[in-house]
Amino acid sequence: MPSSALAAATATEALDRVTVRFAGDSGDGMQLTGSIFTESTALASHDLSTFPDYPAEIRAPTGTTYGVSAYQINFGAQGVLTAGDAPDLLVVMNPAALMVNVAALKAGATIILDSDAFGTRAIERAGYTTDPRADNSLAPFTVVDLPITSLTQQAAQPLGLSKREAQRCKNVWTLGLVLWMFDRDRAPIIEALRTKFRKAPEIAEANVAVLNAGHAYGETAEIPALRRLPVTRSLPAPGLYRTVTGAEATALGLVAGAELTGLDMFLGTYPITPASPMLHHLARLRDWGVTTFQAEDEIAAVCAAIGASYAGKLGVTTSSGPGIALKTEALGLAISAELPLVVVNAQRGGPSTGLPTKTEQSDLFQAVMGRNGDAPIPVIAARSPSDSFDAAIEAVKIAVRHMTPVFLLIDGYIGNASEPWHLPDMDTYERAPVAFRRPDDGTGAFDRDPESLGRQWTLPGTPGLEYRIGGLEKDFSTGAVSYDSANHQRMTDLRSGKMDAIARALPPQEVCEGPTSGKLAVVAWGSTYGPVHRAVVEANRMGRAVAHIHLRHIAPFAPNLTDLLAGFDTVLVPEMNTGQLALLLQAHTLRKVERLNKVTGQPFKIAEISAAIESALES
Amino acid sequence: MNAPTNLALTNKDFESGVEVRWCPGCGDYAVLKAVQRLLPMTGLPKERHVFVSGIGCSSRFPYYMSTYGFHTIHGRAPAVATGVKLSNPDLAVWVITGDGDGLSIGGNHMLHALRRNVDLNILLFNNAIYGLTKGQASPTSAPGTRTPSTPEGSIDAPVRPAAFALGAGARFIARAVDTQQATLIDVLHRAHDHKGASFVEIFQNCIVYNDGVYASFTDKDVAPDRQVWLEHGKPMRYGKDNDKGLRLNPRTFRLEPVILGQDGVTEADLMVHDETNDTLAHMLAMLEGPDVPVPLGVLYCAPTPSYDSTVAAQQAAAPRRRDLNSLLRKGKTWVVQ
Repeated sequence: MPSSALAAATATEALDRVTVRFAGDSGDGMQLTGSIFTESTALASHDLSTFPDYPAEIRAPTGTTYGVSAYQINFGAQGVLTAGDAPDLLVVMNPAALMVNVAALKAGATIILDSDAFGTRAIERAGYTTDPRADNSLAPFTVVDLPITSLTQQAAQPLGLSKREAQRCKNVWTLGLVLWMFDRDRAPIIEALRTKFRKAPEIAEANVAVLNAGHAYGETAEIPALRRLPVTRSLPAPGLYRTVTGAEATALGLVAGAELTGLDMFLGTYPITPASPMLHHLARLRDWGVTTFQAEDEIAAVCAAIGASYAGKLGVTTSSGPGIALKTEALGLAISAELPLVVVNAQRGGPSTGLPTKTEQSDLFQAVMGRNGDAPIPVIAARSPSDSFDAAIEAVKIAVRHMTPVFLLIDGYIGNASEPWHLPDMDTYERAPVAFRRPDDGTGAFDRDPESLGRQWTLPGTPGLEYRIGGLEKDFSTGAVSYDSANHQRMTDLRSGKMDAIARALPPQEVCEGPTSGKLAVVAWGSTYGPVHRAVVEANRMGRAVAHIHLRHIAPFAPNLTDLLAGFDTVLVPEMNTGQLALLLQAHTLRKVERLNKVTGQPFKIAEISAAIESALES
Repeated sequence: MNAPTNLALTNKDFESGVEVRWCPGCGDYAVLKAVQRLLPMTGLPKERHVFVSGIGCSSRFPYYMSTYGFHTIHGRAPAVATGVKLSNPDLAVWVITGDGDGLSIGGNHMLHALRRNVDLNILLFNNAIYGLTKGQASPTSAPGTRTPSTPEGSIDAPVRPAAFALGAGARFIARAVDTQQATLIDVLHRAHDHKGASFVEIFQNCIVYNDGVYASFTDKDVAPDRQVWLEHGKPMRYGKDNDKGLRLNPRTFRLEPVILGQDGVTEADLMVHDETNDTLAHMLAMLEGPDVPVPLGVLYCAPTPSYDSTVAAQQAAAPRRRDLNSLLRKGKTWVVQ
């Protein structure tokens, strides 16, 4: 186990990377603490990556291990890419949070804990038989044992808060302490607290006082284990930045895609974890031509989106695996009716209800194959929070150019995680405005563009172009209901031909790191980008020639993929499922691939990928 | 959207020319005819009408209309139609559904389209049977209905469509009989003009699998004594000799049939129809039995702002912004030099 950066650091030597994890009860405000600390980290010019890791229960019983909510952030010099394999600093608000998280720590890591929360009953409730502070089990770590609850109360009560209200500020006290440790400017955080509690100024001021108290404690307490730690502030490429989560980037990308294609957007959706934040973001964007419709169920959500596309909007539906399952029949209708539709799946652990708040990539088969009939749908995947923006734009463009539903796969990790985003200049993006069929252009509703095979988008309300459409098989040319056998063959060929047309329009698959041929290529998709890329960069630095090939397009694959993979002796496919991309790749390229699979609900660690690379190179 | 220009339309203009493939004698023909006769009266050009249907015999309807049409999937027409209406409120959106499509597999969507009050004209063809799948009992089949799926007779209690709609919060509920063209067209006209979800239950005869299911009140010889045509502000009077009526019994709080002239009953004793009264609407929706007439016409009409009009107003109040750079730069940003 690597020893902790914190333990090794001297006061003059800046650390390259630090991983901090805040953990407590699901009601302790750990997600808020983490997201405010993230904002501060970004403003301090660190690169960063975060991992909110929270339970499915909103307020699980206090003190239980299953109710522990955590927020992890990895920050430092450029190229962070993952939320960190193992924390250097763990802040825990109770024994359960310690119990759950201690095993993941680096040797020599620092643990800050609230001694007020370590009563006998709480210790037992967490599953400890002895007090972990006293039984030597924390010996590999530096433990900073502080009465955080009491210190918070002392700071907050003079401002008129009740004991209970004051105690609820303890997360902000620890935030103040951690801000001191990393030498952060408190002003923007104070501003953020005042904004968050603007409706309750007395709570806002109490939080500010508590934050300052935590900070002052670090400054004055002179506890040897508590040291200020300089971390590399390396400036990324010049430009304008903000932090963004995958959910927000996806929402913004959909709006941008609609604008670039000259459409208004209609979101039909239904609340589901972890997809709901996309709805929450889009519901506030009415000014940008967005209509959001919270339907009665997943089926109505996608059907309303299809109705909107039929009437000339960009129909979008967002969900997660179980909801996508319910939408399946309607997706077939969109294929049959040749209507554009963007379907975003924020994947979570399955099957059935599965692990609602944990991440997984196990809906790939569902996206690629999960429909009755020969019903192909293009599938693209985002690799990081900010990448979701461009992925969403591409999904929109494919949908309207080819008149087809498109799957955009993100996952719970991408959706919730945040990272700095170098804001693009939208004036540099290509516009591709849709041309609806016009009364005087002499075409039919089922005339198709010879290259894209997209049919003429014909809007109800247009005089003289009245036509009927539906899910029954229809005549290739007239669109009339047709049970003709040769016609069904032709229509099936058309639908699969559309996938070929999409493939022809794709850019060639590139190698994003390492050689373009050689001994080993690591082929991945989606949110495994971060750990895979770090591991491959590290392997190349160590003199191993390893390639990282990251797929955005999974259905169809880029046409050169088979030839590209043929240049490598071994292809290793790490996935957070039991080998779904691996199987698709084998079927497509007719070559053997090696698998690395993990379905724990947690993202890959860099070390896990590195170990698999070493093992593949040895064999 | 442009104002209609050429409105010299006839029923023929609304025929698509596609060969109609319902069974000979099916009640659906009569409804199709009524709709094609109604549409010229609506004052809207063809392109402003959209017919959205689900799955089942009646759901083939859009193919036979020369308007825009979308034959969707089983039960989901109200959801698709909601998306259409929200995306283009200028369209007159019709939902064509049946008792299986609209009240069984699609019951949830029907509930929510009604309670949201989306401006849809929902025509529920109630033949109390699954026709297209060859005659299984439906959610409106009378108990004891013998079918291939219920050889000993159906045992589940049927849903009452009008009562369901009322319970769902519908603001317009009407009933008509397929073959009674004049009143059917009247009801459809009212449904079209109503802003908000209009729910029309059409008693429709399935000649193959459930022939005569409504004969007890639709056969010509019994109809006048077994139907009461509701008119707002008028007493509830019916009968071959117009000598019957419905009176509110204040002790049972039910409508009861009476005969004018008997026991001193005069027209002044009859219940006067008030289509804005939800309590009365519920009594009418629940009224059934061999001794009472079937209420037809507009049972309930009490408009409130439609969902789509509220959405449109919200959209109109929002400034339409297109500057994506400013959208991306909302909130906290920082510059790296």
